[in-house]
Amino acid sequence: MRINEVPQETNVILAGERKAVFACDENGMMVTVPCRGWEVEEIVTQHAVDALKQQASAALVQAKAGICSPLAYWMYEKRMDEVVLAQSTGLWRWRVRRHLQPQHFAKLPDRLLHVYAQALGLPIETLKSLP
Amino acid sequence: MNTSTFLHQHAAHCESGVISSLLRHEGIALTEAMAFGLSASLSFAYLPFIKMGGMPLISFRMPPRAIIKGVAKRLQATFAFETFGQPEAGLQRLNQLVDQGKVVGLQASVYWLPYFPDDMRFHFNAHNLVVYGREADEYLISDPVFEAPVRCPAVDLQRARFAKGVLAPKGLLYYPRSIGSRVVAPDSVLAAIRRNCKIMLGPVPLVGVRGMRMLAKKIRRLDADSAETRSFVGHVIRMQEEIGTGGAGFRFIYAAFLQEAAGLSGRSQLFQLAAQLTQIGDGWRRFALATAQMMKGRVQMNPVQLASMLDALAAEEVAFFKALKIAAQ
Repeated sequence: MRINEVPQETNVILAGERKAVFACDENGMMVTVPCRGWEVEEIVTQHAVDALKQQASAALVQAKAGICSPLAYWMYEKRMDEVVLAQSTGLWRWRVRRHLQPQHFAKLPDRLLHVYAQALGLPIETLKSLP
Repeated sequence: MNTSTFLHQHAAHCESGVISSLLRHEGIALTEAMAFGLSASLSFAYLPFIKMGGMPLISFRMPPRAIIKGVAKRLQATFAFETFGQPEAGLQRLNQLVDQGKVVGLQASVYWLPYFPDDMRFHFNAHNLVVYGREADEYLISDPVFEAPVRCPAVDLQRARFAKGVLAPKGLLYYPRSIGSRVVAPDSVLAAIRRNCKIMLGPVPLVGVRGMRMLAKKIRRLDADSAETRSFVGHVIRMQEEIGTGGAGFRFIYAAFLQEAAGLSGRSQLFQLAAQLTQIGDGWRRFALATAQMMKGRVQMNPVQLASMLDALAAEEVAFFKALKIAAQ
């Protein structure tokens, strides 16, 4: 990649930041050049972000309908899934899955709510409610 | 509060950027590219049994800390690595070191760092940054992938340092203790190159060139019409281009290293090989572009074509590393 080939496509993911990339200057030496972003990165990252947002909004609808617990919504809202939440709380995955069901979530003791609240970086009150 | 002497440096990759900053602060002229090459960190690994967000781990470099340890080995330096069972202890230790005027490297999760753009905040635990001071409730941070130094509230940094899960940082902090050799010896450069060739051409099926072929095989079998295929190939490119500089990016860094190595060792073949590697890097960029076009639906999704591109890249890299091995004998 030559310096003039470094993409400057103002990638929205970067939100105005610039990355440093190595490119070849006119003497054939590799140097770092700031880069405003490449559409390719934007496409793939946006795809991943959209998938996470979709999961969160689907969980929100389900939580409002009482099909899953608010925990399910907040888990996806914080860009986690069952595995990451289980790892972040130190709980078994099957327990996390159980707490995603509203009837089990409703019976959670404060101690466990606190564990979830900590892992998600939320106050307990928020964790129990929906936006 | 020693904040005046540290100089921020914008880097292409976090770990090589951090190590080169830390050593430069100690008065050792070590570029990012030299740090990357000296630690023999160019790699490829396809690890389908390690999942991140349901997707296999695909890495274009050696695992976290390999760069720091590799550089330390070649400079006969020792680094202090400290992790903490109790987050509170980790916080105190960091404050103690910073208050002594030490510049400290940290591992942290990207997700909990508020200065990152929103869409880049994923649960990725192996990011590296430098703390060079603190003021009130904020740390002064030199994050090498950002153009300028940033600030981060103490609570957020604490959370980022003690995030759990795959590659959990456990509050890891590190700083140089002693440095044996203040200049890079030509012999260690050549030894590092040979080591890197060994990694890329090695016998393990999931690592190096063989890992690329394995991934190509997986892609070839994907169903062109399913939504999972789009997610999978998108993930491959995201691992390649976004997470930690990427496939093409690492090749360009390594090419920069080879140019430096050519100067140091007086072997001009290395300079020509750098140009060859730059071209291979361009090939990786074309692979990323083709995949993105298919994901966007601008061209028909064609896993077979993508797999063939990957196989062709693997073949080019075999030839390249074999030539490099000979050049570094």
